[in-house]
Amino acid sequence: MYKHDVLIIGAGLAGLRAAVEATRLGLDVAVISKVHPVRSHSNAAQGGINAPLTDRGDDWEGHALDTIKGSDYLADQDAVEIMSSEAGDAVIELERMGVIFSRGEDGRLGTRRFGGQLVARTFFVGAITGSAILHVLYEQALKYGLNAYEEWFVSDLIIEDGRCVGVVALDIKTGELHSIWAKSVIMAAGGAGRVFEPSTNAIICTGDGLALAWRAGVPMMDMEMVQYHPTTLARTGILLSEAARGEGAYLLNSEGERFMLKYAPQYEELASRDVVSRSEQTEINEGRGVDGNVLLDLRHLGREFIEDRLGYLQEVAVEFLGIDLAEQPVPVRPGVHYIMGGIKTDVDGATIVPGLYAAGECANVSVHGANRLGANSLLDTVVFGRRSAVHASEYVKSVDAGSGSDEHLDAAKERIQSLLDREPNENWAAVRNYMANEMTKGIGVFRDQSSMEGAKAAIDNVSERMPKIAVQNKGKVFNTDLIFTLEMEFMADVGKAIVHSALTRKESRGAHFRTDITERDDDNWLKHTLAYQDLESEDSVRVETSPVTITKWEPVKRVY
Amino acid sequence: MQSKIKVSRYDPETMGAGQQRWDEFDLDVHPSATVLDALIQIREEVDGTLALRCACRASICGSCGMRVNGDAKLVCKTRIADVVQEGETVVVEPMGNHPVIKDLVVTLDTFFDKVRQVDPYLQPDTVPEQGEYVASDESMVNLLTAMNCIMCGACVSDCTVLEVDEAFIGPAALAKAWRFVEDPRDDQREERLEELNNVEGGIWDCTRCFKCVEVCPKDVAPMDRIMEMRDMAIEAGNRNTPGYRHTESFNNSVKKHGRLDEARLAVESAGYTNVPRLIDLAEIGVKSVLKGKMPPIMPHKADDSEKITRIFDRVESERNS
Repeated sequence: MYKHDVLIIGAGLAGLRAAVEATRLGLDVAVISKVHPVRSHSNAAQGGINAPLTDRGDDWEGHALDTIKGSDYLADQDAVEIMSSEAGDAVIELERMGVIFSRGEDGRLGTRRFGGQLVARTFFVGAITGSAILHVLYEQALKYGLNAYEEWFVSDLIIEDGRCVGVVALDIKTGELHSIWAKSVIMAAGGAGRVFEPSTNAIICTGDGLALAWRAGVPMMDMEMVQYHPTTLARTGILLSEAARGEGAYLLNSEGERFMLKYAPQYEELASRDVVSRSEQTEINEGRGVDGNVLLDLRHLGREFIEDRLGYLQEVAVEFLGIDLAEQPVPVRPGVHYIMGGIKTDVDGATIVPGLYAAGECANVSVHGANRLGANSLLDTVVFGRRSAVHASEYVKSVDAGSGSDEHLDAAKERIQSLLDREPNENWAAVRNYMANEMTKGIGVFRDQSSMEGAKAAIDNVSERMPKIAVQNKGKVFNTDLIFTLEMEFMADVGKAIVHSALTRKESRGAHFRTDITERDDDNWLKHTLAYQDLESEDSVRVETSPVTITKWEPVKRVY
Repeated sequence: MQSKIKVSRYDPETMGAGQQRWDEFDLDVHPSATVLDALIQIREEVDGTLALRCACRASICGSCGMRVNGDAKLVCKTRIADVVQEGETVVVEPMGNHPVIKDLVVTLDTFFDKVRQVDPYLQPDTVPEQGEYVASDESMVNLLTAMNCIMCGACVSDCTVLEVDEAFIGPAALAKAWRFVEDPRDDQREERLEELNNVEGGIWDCTRCFKCVEVCPKDVAPMDRIMEMRDMAIEAGNRNTPGYRHTESFNNSVKKHGRLDEARLAVESAGYTNVPRLIDLAEIGVKSVLKGKMPPIMPHKADDSEKITRIFDRVESERNS
């Protein structure tokens, strides 16, 4: 039987950071991931990681305020204070582990500017910061002798007496289901970009962690807050990092005008992402786009600079578009990139289910509120990944392991067998592609009651089709058809939470911009939405609200 | 555009080990579609049993290493129009040198075992009292070459040494080792070099075929990293190896005669005191003589060999100055 003190679902930055911490604390730790750790989507983070280094004169409260303003005052300020004040140590620790951060002439860590901040406090490795940190955390995990279930897919959480005590998981290589018992489980399973199309997210970002926690009774908080990144490629959705603008690139409309100067006179191209995405979409909607895009222009930075500091961007532009950034501007548009919403946790990663923790993109602490600042997601993963591990490690000392019964495993086996036994009918891909396109239409950069109701109708349609999805592949070994069908069930849950949360919030705040209610409404809506799975309610979902924690920064009008 | 794609299939549940089947698909794809786009289209619309790995679609996660028309590539960044003319067939197979699990999915267990073999983590003796390690930007940018490695396995797939020598640590793991040898923060440089120099399958097993440099999708150029480590290992005093003796003998022979003295090279690489190996060589020598393949004991000098000697002198004096 598989048994551990701490089981971490997901092996990206949050998961591996948690794993390293819990292992150092002397516990029996394992990570489980549907992909090998170095394939995790943290790889795709390009631009950097924010940290106010107080020993060089930066002020952590400055970073906290930028983050809170960026969040359109929806972030919980106690959580932001923790993230900002722990950021310096977190980044220094990564450097000491071996991350090859860019340096200044004095041999100390160098920075670039990022959006929503006037101070340059983003530490980076070219345009591969996420990949460079992920590989170093994987090295550290190897150093500490980490136990990893690689290419195992978690299908269910095991909940006994209201506590999370393990998971049921499918070994993808053999097709066998197993129970893995753990006194605590840390959900670090990443985002849900695949609920939309296109998106910058990897094909693996299907909201598994969100849905698993949801089914265990944990609310998803602020799910309407979906970030559209301002610079993505049309059709494929591939990301071009904010680092381009951080290093001085311009956004131009079809008239060659740097349009951000009129929308954000002080921050220009480096306003918050929601602001830049709306500005771009406005230009496009008003006829100053270029085939549905605006142009990202790096030419004035020069070839050498581009290749040295933004090499991966150049690689992407050349390989995927045949565009040389030193010669030609590249067409970009807002694209789904990140979900600020997620599994509601406290500042130690704990959810309302004892034994279940969450960190990283699948969690909502909440430090990003209604709009995340660029380079704050990596920071979030390492700060709260570590904290979850510390807290979970403490928790396991006082609890017993689960029962070890086969009941959960048998139920999962039966459920999966029933998917395999269905008569050919719907195909998961057709349902997914339909839902994802409708979600992008309805829950867009701009949205209104009718567009959101359109998305809800699509989700209702998906709910009807879900029971008809048949798995074409009946084999055991590497049956991705089965995995994708299970992922589709997760995505349907996440889509539902997003749509119902969005319909609940009757104001515009951060990424949730309604063209029918264009103002922020602090009197009525300075609060979080909490979507619960509720099989008794209509549509099996119930949305509640809860207050936002304000410590010392009173909400004011947000101007860039 | 219309595209023909031929895919290698293997199902361990219905086929014997080592068997293979070819399936052909005719697809209507976007003009700038990648091979991955085509495979996803097959999986979603035609045949849900097709197994392949992919995640990021943007050449950073390293999941989708496969052979396309014979060479290892990341299929996400391989555009169909760049590998075939219109009407030609794209042939997709699993990577080489890795056992196949199903269809295009291979196991990378050995790959990661070899990564583990090089102690792939920073090993500093001291921690700064405050803040980060101080290091020059150049020294960090230098490491970027190897940090660009996404562990896709393409170099290992097409490595000609690994085809015949399972002990070879291989291009990816050696590039990883280089990254620590070169890191100014690491204090195990000499120990690492000594180990890589002495261990079976270490830095001297590469045959410099260039294949890993050619197929690496991230310009890591593993072979160049291996060659740099050979120089570093020699400079650090690791001279009692066949690899070093081979290099020296090769060098001396060409410098002196303007051509390779193959008989001497074999003996000097073994080492004059290496009796077991010399007995082996004697046997090979006898067989070579019988088949008329024995190289001359006294090598012929090349015409103009003095010019070659002068080139050597000049390079050596430049290196020393």
